[in-house]
Amino acid sequence: MKSASRLEKVLEKGEFAVTSECGPPRGADAEVIRKKGELLKDVVDAVNVTDNQTSVVRMSSAASCFILKGMGLDPVLQMVTRDRNRIAIQSDILGAAAVGINNILCLSGDHQVFGDHPKAKNVYDMDSIQLIHSVKTMRDEGRFIEGEEIKGSPKLFIGAACNPFADPFEIRVPRLAKKVNAGVDFIQTQCIYNLEKFEEWMQGVRDRGLHEKVYILAGVTPMKSVGMAKYMKNMVPGMDVPDEIIERLKGVPKEQRAEEGIKICVETIQKLREIEGVSGVHIMAIEWEEKVPEIVKAAGLYPRPQV
Amino acid sequence: MIVGERKPMEEIEAMIDPFEKIIVLGCRECVTVCSAGGEKEVGILSSALRLSRKQNGRSIDIKEFTLERQCDHEYIEQIRSMVPNYEAILSMACGAGVQFVAESYPEIPVLPAINTNFIGVTEEQGYWTERCQACGNCVLHLTGGICPISRCSKSLLNGPCGGSSNGKCEVNAEIVCGWQLIIERLKSLGQLERYEEYIPVKDWSTSRDGGPRKVVREDLRL
Repeated sequence: MKSASRLEKVLEKGEFAVTSECGPPRGADAEVIRKKGELLKDVVDAVNVTDNQTSVVRMSSAASCFILKGMGLDPVLQMVTRDRNRIAIQSDILGAAAVGINNILCLSGDHQVFGDHPKAKNVYDMDSIQLIHSVKTMRDEGRFIEGEEIKGSPKLFIGAACNPFADPFEIRVPRLAKKVNAGVDFIQTQCIYNLEKFEEWMQGVRDRGLHEKVYILAGVTPMKSVGMAKYMKNMVPGMDVPDEIIERLKGVPKEQRAEEGIKICVETIQKLREIEGVSGVHIMAIEWEEKVPEIVKAAGLYPRPQV
Repeated sequence: MIVGERKPMEEIEAMIDPFEKIIVLGCRECVTVCSAGGEKEVGILSSALRLSRKQNGRSIDIKEFTLERQCDHEYIEQIRSMVPNYEAILSMACGAGVQFVAESYPEIPVLPAINTNFIGVTEEQGYWTERCQACGNCVLHLTGGICPISRCSKSLLNGPCGGSSNGKCEVNAEIVCGWQLIIERLKSLGQLERYEEYIPVKDWSTSRDGGPRKVVREDLRL
């Protein structure tokens, strides 16, 4: 085992893993995190905590992870390279490991133009692949980026994101290979609505044997409404929402559309489970965490294995 | 070249408001090529400032002058005799020129009429785009001749990010994804396999992050 991560144990055991996501509040109220933690506890194997997602200032991922850890959850520290240089990043990694955080998700982060501080200066001292490589070097070689020895290396299970739907498509498998070579242990993908395209990507992944070197957790997000589906389709870069999804939501009365969105999500999970090389599912119910238990149960993934 | 564009008139007018006698100083280098601060633009700006002062019932004495360069001592010296007769210099050079003139004439305010934008190229008449951020450690041989530092909105050395869509950057659809360009170029060079080469964390100490930079060529020094 590379870490004390519960997620790693579940995956190592060959169980189909379930992770979810918790967005921290735009304030200092720890109760918000605790409430979300209560909803997700025992329902999923690990919970990602986003790092100022869409570049909107929120409670820090590390502090939120610490609160969840105290409640007995296994948090995944999301870390973007947008806001911190290599000094801050390595310092936060040491701190996270010191307080018992076992997982990290290495991301470049949304550009600050999307957020509430579009006039900010970004950092990008490194990119997501360099971050993976750095965490691995810190963990396995006990060395900082510039080679100095670490006294007490951070034992983190290293994750990264993959977007099979972004362009150019032809480098999406090579890009995963690059992350695998850099030392990633698990992948959580962008939300999957276009299963056909996802299967095409997975075929490429299997052709290169990458699914044997990294655990792939397929991402899903339940749609709340037609408006949300249209927004995801048209406004979110790198998101692939086929028209059938929108048509299906439109096909039921307005008050039943959220329920239909959950149904689509559960069906997607069941289809993803059948794909060779998919090791788990990552449920991103955006500001809708209370629906995660229902989704997990409906997908036949409850109770979670004891490890 | 260095690409710049003139500041808005209101900002320039507010800057020179306290003065009755100024030199509007152009530069025949980059800012002439990008039509921001050459002799022609000196004339246009000076006329506009005179007109605006007149409309407000105030006068202004403007000396129009354009130097070969504002980034070389020998040219800056050409205005030494006229400087004492004026209250301020409004420089239409890039930020380097403005500062170098100021260093030569500590007794007079030197004001910027131009915003210095970037090191770039003329795509078409009236359309300039960025190509270089002067990081001091060129990686173009690794990336098919397209710079990830200046062309990727996040300066990713192992891009593209998940926000690349239809060849466009997530920041806005006007921006071409730099990594899409790199991949297309590697493909046309028959070097797509190079995409998988890991580019390690960059040494930014040769960039601005190392502090203000200098180049010293002992072989050229007198």
